Parts: sequence; C-alpha cells; structure tokens
Amino acid sequence: MDLTLDRIRLAYPDGDGVLVAVDDVTLTVPSGTTTALLGPSGAGKSSLLAVAGAPLDAPDDAAGAPRAARGPRRRARRAADRAAALRRERIGIVFQQPQLVASLTVLEQLELMSHLRGRPAASRRAHALALLDAVGVADRADRRPEHLSGGQRQRVAIARALMNDPQVLLVDEPTSALDHERGVQVVELVVRLARELDAAALLVTHDEATLDPVAARVHLADGRLVEAPAAV
Amino acid sequence: MFLALRDLRHARGRFALMITVVALITFLVAFLAALTAGLGRASTSAVTELPVDRLAFAPPAEGASPTFTESEVTPHQQEAWADVPGVGAAEPLGVATVRASGESTAAVTAFGVRPGSGLVPGTGDGGADVSAGTVVLSRGAADALGADVGDQVGAGPLDLTVAAVADAEADFAHTPVVWVSLDDWQAVGARGDAAAGDAQDGPTATVVALRFGDDPPTADALAATDAELGTVTATPREARSAISSFTAENLSLTLMQVFLLAISALVVGAFFTVWTIQRAGDVAVLRALGASTRYLLRDAIGQAGVVLGVGVGLGTALAAGAGLLAARVMPVVVDVSTTLVPAVVLVALGGLGAVLAVTRVARVDPHAALAAR
Ligand SMILES: Nc1ncnc2c1ncn2[C@@H]1O[C@H](COP(=O)(O)OP(=O)(O)OP(=O)(O)O)[C@@H](O)[C@H]1O
Ligand SMILES: [Mg+2]
Repeated sequence: MDLTLDRIRLAYPDGDGVLVAVDDVTLTVPSGTTTALLGPSGAGKSSLLAVAGAPLDAPDDAAGAPRAARGPRRRARRAADRAAALRRERIGIVFQQPQLVASLTVLEQLELMSHLRGRPAASRRAHALALLDAVGVADRADRRPEHLSGGQRQRVAIARALMNDPQVLLVDEPTSALDHERGVQVVELVVRLARELDAAALLVTHDEATLDPVAARVHLADGRLVEAPAAV
Repeated sequence: MFLALRDLRHARGRFALMITVVALITFLVAFLAALTAGLGRASTSAVTELPVDRLAFAPPAEGASPTFTESEVTPHQQEAWADVPGVGAAEPLGVATVRASGESTAAVTAFGVRPGSGLVPGTGDGGADVSAGTVVLSRGAADALGADVGDQVGAGPLDLTVAAVADAEADFAHTPVVWVSLDDWQAVGARGDAAAGDAQDGPTATVVALRFGDDPPTADALAATDAELGTVTATPREARSAISSFTAENLSLTLMQVFLLAISALVVGAFFTVWTIQRAGDVAVLRALGASTRYLLRDAIGQAGVVLGVGVGLGTALAAGAGLLAARVMPVVVDVSTTLVPAVVLVALGGLGAVLAVTRVARVDPHAALAAR
C-alpha cells in the first residue's frame, strides 16, 4: 500500500492566532520503499507524521463500524474509533519518545499489540521474540522499561511498531539514542522490513550519516517541503 | 483487562492503599447505616418483634390513619376477629406510656396482655407470664428502673411485683417496655370508656393482635372484616408508622442515610475519576497504538471493578462483623439494607466515575497527549 499525503496543512492554536506546523505538503511513499524525512528541529517532521498516523477521515470499512452515528459527539467518537482501527490494523508507529507502558515487560509491550486486535496476547509470542532478537533486546524480554537504557527502549518501540505487520510504517527519529553502528542497523532493519512487508515507510531523522541504505529523501523546513537540503 | 491486571500487579502498594480507602469508606457507610437502622428500631422493636401476623387498629374516625395513641378496640371487635376463618388467635393488646418507679423513676411503655397470650417474650420457652399484680420487665426497663425479680415497682396507681425480667430488648417510642396483665393495664393505661368504668363487660385494649392459622385469610377477607368491624389491620412492620415518634424520626434517619450514601458515592466516584485521569498517559499510548474506545472502557472498568470489588467486599464484611459485635451494647441493625445496598451503590458509582473519566481521556487527540508525556 502506498502512503500518499495530499496537500497536508496542520495548524496549532497559538495564543490569539495559529502556528502553521505543516504547510501544503504533498508526498508519496511507494509501497515496499523507505523515504527519509529530514529537517531542522521544529520544522514540523513529527507533526507531519502525526497527521499520517491519525487519519481522522478514515474510511468506514476500516473499523467495520456501522454508520449509525447520531450527533456530533457520537460522530467524532466514531471517527476517532475508525482512525484507531486503521492504526491498529495497518499502521506501525514509532514515536519520538519510546512511549512504552510502564507496567508491561518488554515482551508484553509487543503482545499488547496482538491483544489490541482482539487476539490472545500470547498468540504471536514467537514472532515477538524474533522481532526483539532482530533489534537486539531479546535478552531483556522480561524486564520493564524502567530497567532499560534509552536506546534499548527505542528499539523495543521499533519492534512494537512492527508487531502487527503494518502496511505503513511511521518512524520518528529511531536513531537519536543509538550509537552509529546500532543506528545504521536500525535503519537497515526498517528498510528491509518495509521491503519484505511491502510497506511504505516514512523515516524521520536528524542523522544523515545513518541513511546510506535509504534512497529517497525529502527535506522539510518551516513546515514546507524544500528542494535541496537547507544550507547549514 | 490485559493492561489493567498488569497495572494492578505492578503497582501493588498503590492499589493496596486504594483498596484500603474504599474499604474504610464502605465500612463507614455500612456501619452508620446499621446505627441509624438501630436507632429506628429503638422506637419500634416492641411492635416489630411481636409474634403476630397483623395488628387491628380501631381509628377514632373512619379513614383516619391508625395510631397507637388514638386506637381503642372493644371486646366485640376482638371477639369478632377471633371468629374470622384463618385467624388462629386474636389477643387484645393495650399500649400506654406511664411513669414507673422502682429504685429510680423512668418512663416505660406498659403492654397489657391476657395471661397465656404468648405476647410476652420468652413465655413460650417457659419464661414468666403476666398475672394480676405482677409485672414482667424488659431488660431495658429493669436497667432504667433499677429493679429485679421480687422488687416492687409502682406504675400509676398500682404497686406491682416484678415476676421476671425477660431476656429481650423491647422498646416502644424510645421507652423500654413492661408487660402487665390486661386487667391491671386498665388502671394504668386505659382511656375513655374503660377508664370511666362504664364499658361493657370485659376489658378494652389498644389493638387486637392477630395470629393466623395454617390457612391464613386472604387480603380480601381481611379487608372485608376491617370494613365490617371498623378496624384497620396492618403488619407489625406497617404498624411502625402508627408510633408517633417513629413517623417523626424516620424522615430524618432516612435522609441521613441518603446523604451519607450520596456523599460517599461522590467521594468514591471522584476517587476513580482522578485515578483514571492519572492513567491518562498510558491510555493515550493505547489509543495511539489503535485501541478502540470499547477496549479502553473494558480495561478501565475491569480495573475499577477489581479495586471496588475487593475494597467494598472487605469494608462490608468488616462493618457487618463490627455491627454484630456492637449490637450487644447499642442499637445496631445488620441486614441487607445496611450491607448489600450501600455496597451495590458504591460499586456502581465508583464504576461510573471510572467510565466518565476514561471516555474523557479517550476523546483527546493521542498526538497531543503523547507530546506531553
Ligand atoms: N501540540 C502542539 N501544540 C502547539 N504547537 C506544537 C505542538 N506540537 C508541535 N508544535 C509546534 O509545531 C512546530 C513543529 O513541531 P514538530 O514537533 O513537528 O517539529 P519537529 O520537526 O518534529 O522537531 P524535532 O526535530 O525537534 O522533533 C514547532 O514549532 C512546535 O513548537
Ligand atoms: Mg520531532
């Protein structure tokens, strides 16, 4: 499945006015490929990813919910539930902060993803352990996040995003807490899995040095796509 | 409940604290309910504990609601009730509050009954019955008058010998009850015709106490007899409202219970609202990963359910136990209305608080919620 972002504009309320974080961004990531999203801090990279990950006008079939919504609040909740269903079934997200759940062990963080889809939590344990192995934290499977290093947490978050075999992979700065070698490994993993799963991956990073495996790159500055890398 | 149960296990100390708070609030509500119910009983127990099926009142005017102070039955009414098919026994019962003095002086309620009526507690088990010139004291009356078996007790114009102290609490309008023979009762308590001495033969009493036989009369038959004789029958429980002090207090006691329940329900509801808001970070993560609203609700309700179930269960058990112990020294009642009812209300409102909070949390944009974490 291709990821297509069409004329995206996102504005946050800012005092009396608005702050335009993403402005008229059009972008396609073909399925099976990875596109790197680069840009200075505050350029709007995370904001763009949030839009890609929370499609509020998700089609009805995504949640299988009947269209009986009455009243604006009901309708809003239905829309939010459809978006959630789409994230659960098709999108894998790695947030800029790992966002692990404090009371779950590393393995349970991944098993939660099966449980969210209504399957028994342990139904894909072998898959979960393989993913943890691929990101190099299999030996920490029964630890809680508080006992992990920052980089280990980030890798668990990556494994979690891959748990449900997503068709779209949104990854926000997966290498920020990793050394160079690990960073390259993680980027390679994302590229490889995108290819294997035939998924469209959008990968945010500051660190161009890890991007050798990535062919497509786009640059964001002040919320807009720019042609060349911004002059540093 | 995947996350809910793991949360419980992970934050054991915090949940133990929450369960303790819920248990203590439940204890408070249930115990105070038991106390107010006990207080209510102190003005009615002599009536509700009567071993009878109905009391027949004779109100002074047709349509007036029956009261113990105004009711007055004639021998004719009593005999007519005894003849109704299905009525096993129809005993006249006189009720009057008098000043009595033994070692000390106190207001007591004198129940006038015929010897062998079975209306004096303990007579069935070989306890002392009333007879002319003697009195049977309830435990409360014995304490209040400082009298024991064999002592002389003055009641109105009479001097009576204490024949026995019944092993029972019996209170009427917050005064302890003493039992005297119906003939003696005419002198201390009767009003109107009987007191004036121009009654027809036989004593007059306040009500007729009816005991049904194996084949009790139907409601229709009771109503028909009531209409014919000009009486109003009521069960001992219904007869509570014929006690003037009970009708006066009952509203306040009921209001006390309602307010208490409302306040503690609010506290428990708010408690779970705050707790669930505390979990907002985790809920936002679940939402961002794709949890449906229903999934989040089930999780939150499951968690609140465990805490409420254990906490309310403990508190109720504690209150019931303490109530049964305290019942020896003060008026306390432990029954369904003082245990199960508060328990159900607390569980329901705590669950509601959790649901309201989690639907609120589920509505927020996960992106913004995560940014704040
Ligand atoms: N929830 C929010 N409410 C208001 N303004 C926001 C919000 N999130 C981001 N912004 C603003 O939007 C702009 C873009 O933020 P964003 O997080 O997308 O940047 P970024 O490119 O991911 O930066 P970084 O590399 O530092 O993560 C910033 O100016 C930021 O202050
Ligand atoms: Mg960012």
